[in-house]
Amino acid sequence: MPETTRHPTVSWILQGLLFVLVVLGCVAYGVQVRNGLGVTGLSREMPWGLYISQFTFLVGIGASAVTVLLPYYVHRQKTFARALVLGEVVAVIALCQALLFIMVDLGKPGRLLNILLYPAPSSLMFWDCLTLGGYLTLSAVGLAAVLFARGGSPARWVRGLALATIPWAIGIHVVTALLYAGLAARPAWMTAVLAPRFLATAFASGPALLILLAAVLARRKVFDVGREAIDRLSTIMTYAAMVSLLLALLEAFTALYSGIPAAGEHLEYLFLGLEGHAGLVAFTYGGWLLLLLALVVLLVPSLRRRRGLAHAATAAVLLSVLAEKGLCLVTSGFVPSPLGYVRDYRPSLIELGIVIGIYAGGALVFFGACRWLLTPSESAIHALNPSPTTAREPGMARVAQMEN
Amino acid sequence: MNRGLSRRDLLAGTGAALGAALMGGTAARTALGAAAGAGSPLWGMAVDVARCASVAGCRRCIDACHAAHRVPTIAEARHEVKWVWKEPFARVFPEQIHTYEAEAQKQMPVLVLCNHCKNSPCTRVCPTGATWRRSDGVVAMDEHRCIGCRYCMAACPYGARSFNWEKPRPGNSDGNTSNYPARTAGVVEKCNLCVERLDAGQVPLCVAICRSAGPAALTFGNLEDANSPLRQLLATRRVLRRRPALGTEPRVFYLV
Repeated sequence: MPETTRHPTVSWILQGLLFVLVVLGCVAYGVQVRNGLGVTGLSREMPWGLYISQFTFLVGIGASAVTVLLPYYVHRQKTFARALVLGEVVAVIALCQALLFIMVDLGKPGRLLNILLYPAPSSLMFWDCLTLGGYLTLSAVGLAAVLFARGGSPARWVRGLALATIPWAIGIHVVTALLYAGLAARPAWMTAVLAPRFLATAFASGPALLILLAAVLARRKVFDVGREAIDRLSTIMTYAAMVSLLLALLEAFTALYSGIPAAGEHLEYLFLGLEGHAGLVAFTYGGWLLLLLALVVLLVPSLRRRRGLAHAATAAVLLSVLAEKGLCLVTSGFVPSPLGYVRDYRPSLIELGIVIGIYAGGALVFFGACRWLLTPSESAIHALNPSPTTAREPGMARVAQMEN
Repeated sequence: MNRGLSRRDLLAGTGAALGAALMGGTAARTALGAAAGAGSPLWGMAVDVARCASVAGCRRCIDACHAAHRVPTIAEARHEVKWVWKEPFARVFPEQIHTYEAEAQKQMPVLVLCNHCKNSPCTRVCPTGATWRRSDGVVAMDEHRCIGCRYCMAACPYGARSFNWEKPRPGNSDGNTSNYPARTAGVVEKCNLCVERLDAGQVPLCVAICRSAGPAALTFGNLEDANSPLRQLLATRRVLRRRPALGTEPRVFYLV
């Protein structure tokens, strides 16, 4: 690893910039609250856009904590200790952002609690709120229990809690997919493959984000996740990305080979444009191209070993999932409208300001988490992984021998 | 606080409706009483497509409904709020159109409104019960409870629901003397089959207006009553419903 010195000023400038973006986002939200959601690019044909898309993407990031929970708590891979802590921090922040995106999407945010005051079990949104709230609580408690153990080994109940968290993590993303997948009015989403696709893209984008964050943190000498965990996260990401590609192709086959117009119109809109409207074509091709290039790099050993190229491929995976889940999936579902109208969606500056503000807020909280949680918790994290060489399964030891 | 639809407005509206029901509404009540027949009613409506289209450019029911319910007039098409309006036949019944269809048939304007479905996807997905099915079949809407999540708009296969993207005032209040309370920005609304009139013993306004001087293209009645004029029409005429394959069971029927 190249020797670099820490530049506190760079970090402070970045945080200052993020703070300005948060303030701008708040101002933009103020404008939206004052004038109504008409200040966004949404319309009666396209009632959901960037906000609900980011919500979907971030729930995936939150759910992807599974990729660190499973190795550490189920497979007892002690080398995942630091990745575990980082992954949980990212998951908690992502889920808070996801909830914020729901808030800013509501026409009457002050009435949010109506979901709990008048529970409607037939609505998937009710279950989404329950599972998200439950998972966020479990994750936050689990993370706090680990971080504030202060040198001592985490209590036994922490592992039980972590094991209980795993099905919840899967649950939040499955329920988020079901929110879309049961609507007869929107054939683009009405596929049983949607939930597995969501999980696959989550388990690709989540580790991708962790790998990139870990690279920055290691370079800045803030927090070293460790080579072994990063390599395994990279493997998880690669396989998840391949599964997501396969599922997307399977979905396209059913939609197109069946020849039912309604089943394939959204794909036509995404790839070719519909009735002269082609607002998402560039994002569609961009996203898939990034994913395919990334897979080439990640699957060819000689390319993958180049650190810079591997990081670029990791970023490409993250961006491709962002293009799909964070934009194309939700908006293409509304094309064409039930009455056959096609309207392109152009997010307004106000809308973009709010989106950027929420992401900047998340980044700012992450800065704080690094400063006040990760760095001071070295002893607690050491308790999670007392010796770097312990607790290897016999099978893994054999694999390690094969590697040498 | 919700200023567009204050408690006072609501009470005033309810009072007016009650007053009409108790005192002045005898004639209207008789009209609906006959339509209701015995037992609890299940309301439905039939639209005679050709008759409705026979008066070119007719907007009598649309204008009357939108004025009575303070539906705002909004210039920007993507923010429009609509309870009842007209769409080309080819858009309302896309599955009925074939390659050799005459252009005039494709473009024939067809009246569309909430279908008040038996299996309504909108009420199924609403996370707060702000929209629900009444026992008389009306899919009702409580704009006070609506959080503005627009899940119902995503779920409705007919595009029948409108969100208040902008403040509905003054677009709905200039010179409007209706008692019906206005909504605010940030809530969803749609045709309520004139529940305020039904509860006062009157038929929906669009039906009344169409019958008073128009082509009498709309027939309203009790689907449970086999002898109702509505049921007679449904039994004798060729009937279309919008997107029947989805299983929503619309209660607005189109006579062709």
